[in-house]
Amino acid sequence: MQTEVLIIGGGITGAGIARDLALRGVNCVLAEKLDINAGASGANHGLLHSGARYVSSDLALAKECWEEASLLKRMAPQCIDNTGGLFVAVVGDDEKYVADFPHLCAQSHIPVREVDLKDAHEMEPALSDQIIAVYQVEDAAIDPFKLSMENIFQACEFGCNMLRHTEVIGFVKDNRRIQATRMRNSLTGKTFLIEAEQIVNATGAWAGLVSGLAGIDIHILFSKGSLLVTHSRITKQVVNRLRPSSNADILVPGGTVSILGTTSIRIDAIEDIRPTVQEMDMIVGEGAKMLPVLEKTRYIRAYAGVRPLVGSSSDGNDRGVSRAFALINHEGQGLNNFVTITGGKLTTYRLMAEKTADLVCRRLNVTSPCRTIADPLPSAQAAQWTEPGLAPRLWLKHHEPEDVLICECEMVPKSTVDCIIDSIHQQNGQPDLKAIGVRSRIGKGACQGTICGIRLLAYLYHKGELNTDQGLKSLREFLRERWRGVRPLLWDMPLIQAEMQEALYCGLFGLELYNDSNE
Amino acid sequence: MTDPKIIECDLLVIGTGMAGSAAALFAANRGVSVVQVGIISEIIFASGLLDLMGVHPIQKQRIWDNPWAAIDTVSKDIPGHPYAKLNEKDIRNAFAETLSFFTSAGIRYSSYKNRNVRVLTPVGTIKPTYCVPHTMWAGVKALEDQQPCLIVDIHGLKGFNARQITVMVKQYWPGIHSASIAFPDTGHLSEVYPEQMARALELASNREKLAKVIRPFVKDYHVVGVPAILGLYHTQDILNDLQEKIGVPIFEIPTMPPSVTGLRIKEAFEKYLPKIGVRLFTQKRVLDVDTIDSGKRFVSKVGDDKIHFKVLAQGIILASGRFIGKGLHADRKQIHETIFDLPVYQTGDRSRWHLKDFLDSRGHPINRAGLETDHLFRPFDRSGHPAFQRLFAIGSILAHQDWIRMKCGSGLAIATAYKAVNAFIDMIDAQ
Ligand SMILES: Cc1cc2nc3c(=O)[nH]c(=O)nc-3n(C[C@H](O)[C@H](O)[C@H](O)COP(=O)(O)OP(=O)(O)OC[C@H]3O[C@@H](n4cnc5c(N)ncnc54)[C@H](O)[C@@H]3O)c2cc1C
Ligand SMILES: Cc1cc2nc3c(=O)[nH]c(=O)nc-3n(C[C@H](O)[C@H](O)[C@H](O)COP(=O)(O)OP(=O)(O)OC[C@H]3O[C@@H](n4cnc5c(N)ncnc54)[C@H](O)[C@@H]3O)c2cc1C
Repeated sequence: MQTEVLIIGGGITGAGIARDLALRGVNCVLAEKLDINAGASGANHGLLHSGARYVSSDLALAKECWEEASLLKRMAPQCIDNTGGLFVAVVGDDEKYVADFPHLCAQSHIPVREVDLKDAHEMEPALSDQIIAVYQVEDAAIDPFKLSMENIFQACEFGCNMLRHTEVIGFVKDNRRIQATRMRNSLTGKTFLIEAEQIVNATGAWAGLVSGLAGIDIHILFSKGSLLVTHSRITKQVVNRLRPSSNADILVPGGTVSILGTTSIRIDAIEDIRPTVQEMDMIVGEGAKMLPVLEKTRYIRAYAGVRPLVGSSSDGNDRGVSRAFALINHEGQGLNNFVTITGGKLTTYRLMAEKTADLVCRRLNVTSPCRTIADPLPSAQAAQWTEPGLAPRLWLKHHEPEDVLICECEMVPKSTVDCIIDSIHQQNGQPDLKAIGVRSRIGKGACQGTICGIRLLAYLYHKGELNTDQGLKSLREFLRERWRGVRPLLWDMPLIQAEMQEALYCGLFGLELYNDSNE
Repeated sequence: MTDPKIIECDLLVIGTGMAGSAAALFAANRGVSVVQVGIISEIIFASGLLDLMGVHPIQKQRIWDNPWAAIDTVSKDIPGHPYAKLNEKDIRNAFAETLSFFTSAGIRYSSYKNRNVRVLTPVGTIKPTYCVPHTMWAGVKALEDQQPCLIVDIHGLKGFNARQITVMVKQYWPGIHSASIAFPDTGHLSEVYPEQMARALELASNREKLAKVIRPFVKDYHVVGVPAILGLYHTQDILNDLQEKIGVPIFEIPTMPPSVTGLRIKEAFEKYLPKIGVRLFTQKRVLDVDTIDSGKRFVSKVGDDKIHFKVLAQGIILASGRFIGKGLHADRKQIHETIFDLPVYQTGDRSRWHLKDFLDSRGHPINRAGLETDHLFRPFDRSGHPAFQRLFAIGSILAHQDWIRMKCGSGLAIATAYKAVNAFIDMIDAQ
């Protein structure tokens, strides 16, 4: 296979680069070892930062967030819930920090407004009566799945080729160039080569591992962060704790739910990341200081992601851009068709993509300018189904009697599943339970997939999407994936749900008696 | 407000699941006056299969052909397992008495004497169990003999696909095939429900129509499998009638809950337990229990959000289940017993309750938490002695078992009920 640019990593950064390059007319392939947003892009807080959070720690990042967030609100409003945000201090928080905060915001030209405590309680009745100061900023919530999918959809429309389940496993080098990149399809095990003029390493926390395959050292430390999803939405706006960044100090609304987090724990390895019971208890305890209902509320899911902390690379660091993300051209290390982009934020993904594409285009002698700064991101129908509460709204509005629900908790009808199946086919994929789960709310409601897992599986057989006994494996993987997110939250109602799930899948079906090998 | 009315009885059974209902049955059969309280609607989650003992040790995934040998072995390997407090004769008697009740209530069961059977599930797995509703028996035989078999699914019935089932088992059952039909008079519906079809099939005219739809597919198949929809009340007659009309044996495959097979059990308990004298309250909970006469008698408050009446009893059988049944409750720190606050055998802190892999063959440790008892199933207090002379705990609330993985749910429920009821009667008689 040949292409002008091979982009490695199907997170938001890779997706953004694919779109940027495709819009400039560059031919590219986007390769992802698992599925869209399998890394940090699928495991973050979904906060479109106004920048206020970084005013005391990193002014450049703060400004960058402010500018990019403002731009995205215009370019991709369909992915954003422009909720606004509050910064809230409670009794015992550092008063000097509280006093400095509005000035620091002003210095970076980030809008901020002091809110009277009584008004704050009116805006957000869930706030603790222990609050001592409240400021309002322009934070918003963003749907990272929709954002990545829409970037990829447009990139594909402009000729980009997306390869899911395709992992980079090595490079064939010659002089100062990578001649070819060795790929493996993780479903079939087949390996093949891609010859590209330029290679972009957009693998986030994996960037050091991938560059290592080319013999290049990038020193990356891993910081794990865990988050919890509540059963219902707790606040209208984003709520931040007004103190230096710490554990569990942000609550972000997302459709009908809220997301609480996060932690920051140094880890050594990045595979098989899971939220733990200790983290959950800590997050709930801390969060409850701002919003006491968090102590009692029902949680339906937890997840964890890894932030790459880019240490000192030997040289070639494009420091001119920003300290927030690292764009490494690797020329100093003897390669001139390889680029690494890592770190940064979801909020600044577009800028990261632009700077990366600029560098790649210079090397390719492509002169067309970046278009993502002025062209709105088009909506894609198949990309909308991850938004909590959307499928039910549409279903109730346009309800066709034959459009029955596959998932009752989240009210996902057949038509939505059909739309997602088509989109997976368009990207040369084969739908299975997990892939549909990633692209919709299926399995994310109160039953955690207990009922809809069975229904979706039967529906895939009904449609002929599954034809062999691989469905059992698909079901097991789907259940394991869901389990990863509920295991640390199993007390009270969710524990009852988990027991029901096991009674059904193991008690009645005996699914645990089937090994992966004899499927 | 007037004082709530007091109902007197010998025995109060808390719980309307399999364990509580078996206890009420055994007690009533022995002339004991029984009051039974619980939320019966939950039993419709059950599948109708009666597991006795199927898998041990679970981490080795050893599936036993002979459940009695399995019980013997588990009793030796896990001395705290409830089966270790029971003997084979009692378990056999308990089963026989329960099955004869079901027969009189219109639900016939089938099993081998000393052998587990294997049944097809709606996802296409095969599960070991002991005793199945007779409507499933032809399927058990068909699988054993690998008969040419047709599985039929129904348009609009979610979560049940015949092709899925057949491709999953094809490798060891090559003669199995699938077909898809529309249930009579539902062409205009995009969704159909098992209960609705079961009710329809109570009418002969609908059976005639269904047979007509299925018949053209039957061809050379020896047996036909359908989702469990063959009636609610006259299931045996409906099965016979359809078999005659189609010309080959038919069997039911359990469906996902809430299922008709669960509903049949609910209806049987609800209708027939009162006929043998059980005073059954199916929409109420026991809110709180006090003892009088230095722990020899119990006064239980019964109601929903407020008290409706009190029950004065000589003994209580606690069959309140685990987390689903609400006999146990867990907060972030530990597991509690909900009515008496009895000590619960814990399996470490929350980080140890569940394993990382949902399907880990070792089974989740929390499933072994529960009440520890003496050999008569009297739960212990914190000092390790029976908490009350005539309080018994039975069924899934008991510690040191994992009914889900060992496939022993109904067996444990029925057998522990039998022993507790007999122990209670012996104590009363000795007075
Ligand atoms: C807990 C947490 C909370 C966060 N919250 C926010 C927030 O609220 N707001 C915000 O703006 N930012 C937030 N971030 C940061 C944001 O999530 C990341 O900046 C962003 O998602 C990074 O995207 P990426 O595409 O660079 O990396 P990733 O999303 O990690 O993508 C890398 C991809 O590369 C793939 N890959 C790896 N190795 C290979 C290989 N050999 N071959 C092929 N593919 C490979 C991976 O499977 C993965 O899909 C948060 C991060 C974390 C961890
Ligand atoms: C999905 C599923 C599949 C199953 N599949 C099988 C199977 O294939 N084979 C098999 O043998 N068994 C199966 N079972 C049934 C299982 O065997 C039984 O649920 C188990 O044996 C537990 O029975 P139990 O009576 O101890 O508890 P439960 O059935 O949980 O009953 C507890 C009862 O106690 C009542 N209760 C609780 N608290 C109070 C209170 N304060 N006051 C009054 N009443 C109270 C509840 O309302 C309920 O009626 C399945 C169950 C489920 C949920």
